[in-house]
Amino acid sequence: MTFSALGDSAVVVALGATIDKEVLPRVRALTALLEANRPVGIVDVVPAYATVTVFYEPGRLPAGARPYDFVCRFITERARSLDAEAKKKPATASRTIEIPVCYGGDYGQDYADVARHCGLEAPELAKRHAAGDYLVHAIGFAPGFPYLGGLAEELHIPRRATPRVSVPAGSVGIGGAQTGVYPLPTPGGWQLIGRTPLALFRPGEKEPALLRVGDRVKFRAITPEEFATWK
Amino acid sequence: MEITVIRGGMLTTVQDPGRVGYRAAGVALCGAMDPFALRMANLLVGNAEDAAAFECTLVGPELVFSADTVIAVCGAEFPGIPAWQPIAVRAGERIRLGVVSRGCRACLAVAGGIDVPPFLGSRSTYLRGQVGGFQGRALREGDVLAVPDVARRVEEHWRIDPRILPEYSPETVVRVVRGAQLEDFGGALFDAEFRIMHKSDRMGVRLGGAKLARIGGLPEMISAAVAPGTLQVPPDGQPIVLMADAQTIGGYPQAAHVVSVDLPLVAQLRPGDRVRFAEVPLDEAHRLILAREHMFAILHEGLAQKLR
Repeated sequence: MTFSALGDSAVVVALGATIDKEVLPRVRALTALLEANRPVGIVDVVPAYATVTVFYEPGRLPAGARPYDFVCRFITERARSLDAEAKKKPATASRTIEIPVCYGGDYGQDYADVARHCGLEAPELAKRHAAGDYLVHAIGFAPGFPYLGGLAEELHIPRRATPRVSVPAGSVGIGGAQTGVYPLPTPGGWQLIGRTPLALFRPGEKEPALLRVGDRVKFRAITPEEFATWK
Repeated sequence: MEITVIRGGMLTTVQDPGRVGYRAAGVALCGAMDPFALRMANLLVGNAEDAAAFECTLVGPELVFSADTVIAVCGAEFPGIPAWQPIAVRAGERIRLGVVSRGCRACLAVAGGIDVPPFLGSRSTYLRGQVGGFQGRALREGDVLAVPDVARRVEEHWRIDPRILPEYSPETVVRVVRGAQLEDFGGALFDAEFRIMHKSDRMGVRLGGAKLARIGGLPEMISAAVAPGTLQVPPDGQPIVLMADAQTIGGYPQAAHVVSVDLPLVAQLRPGDRVRFAEVPLDEAHRLILAREHMFAILHEGLAQKLR
């Protein structure tokens, strides 16, 4: 575990240096330990891949201590039970969330190109993508956007040379070795292979992102009729 | 009271200090690009420092107020509009900001604060998420916004002492603390003078005029959290200073981070303006924050006497 300053208002805790599914339970556990009963002045905790970043407001921390030292000490104290926490309760430590996807056609404009690039018969691409066991490594880029690891190697495909100005909400894409879902219409450079009727960003909810870092994701192929009648 | 928008201006949004605590869900901080101007404008009209106000960009809006009130315009300056002081406005009066004469973004606060429904604890507009603020978007002609009725009168003909304002300038030196990858760029960051590019927006201020080359053979980075103020360097070597609406995580090398008290200086730079960077230790960045908080606390006391 190493600490570094991210400007004057955040500390980055590095738990590893590579994208590694073994590191994720520790990222998730440390996030939970830091989130619980945050002291005044610790304002946000952000997990991603191999790091957890702790945001603070120097003016609201206890007077006397150097703000950076105070935050590092807070993290060190909370991390004492990290090993135990990371091994504990694998059932709750990782939820599995199923995302229905209508593959191809108007729902995934790059579907045919991707299948061709991967040397697959058209129906095979959907089958293989939906067969994967995916892990949420980070949420970012846009509200609720999950970066999913675990994409089968034969489905890796480079991003589009020119990003689209607007990608339809719910679009499921592949970018290099990762796959993900665009929760909102945003610009995007990933290859689009399908679309989900599920809302990944729910502004009215207390927890607005459907997915959390560490969640498992399964995709399930649905028909255009199921997509149209999804509630 | 109601405010009717006659003209929206170039990009007028409702902003407060931002949406803290939802970055893990990918929700950007948002909030005023120039937090100093927001706090000051609110104090000048008797609001809490974190009340929602309008952020006006380059070409300001034209507004009509339905009742007598008090406003203040801080940050960027507009011809004929006195900055950094309370302005009494009459019922039915039209306020037209016009084209900015100094700086880039002004906060226009109204006594009572702009009343829009909070989203995740903040009234700031999140343009990319299309939520928060007024219908998740910039103001346009015909919009009508509510302001709670408050009885507030001001002693006019006084203004904030300019000596306590940030040193806004179109040719500025911005203080930074070092980023994790500063050494990857040699000392080039501090030797170069950069120009603000046109593609700059609320997500990031893009710098041109000089390029930062990263030493070859270094590995790609793994994405991790970024923050407003992070000076990241994409492969094309043209740095971007991330600002209020920045994405929550990013994977470009981080050469430096603008210190919090100097973010207002960056927020006021316009395309074509020039900027250099100077390194300060982290302790100095924190000392500057505490000094600014102290100044606001004193000002708060002093202003309570002038507003009633």
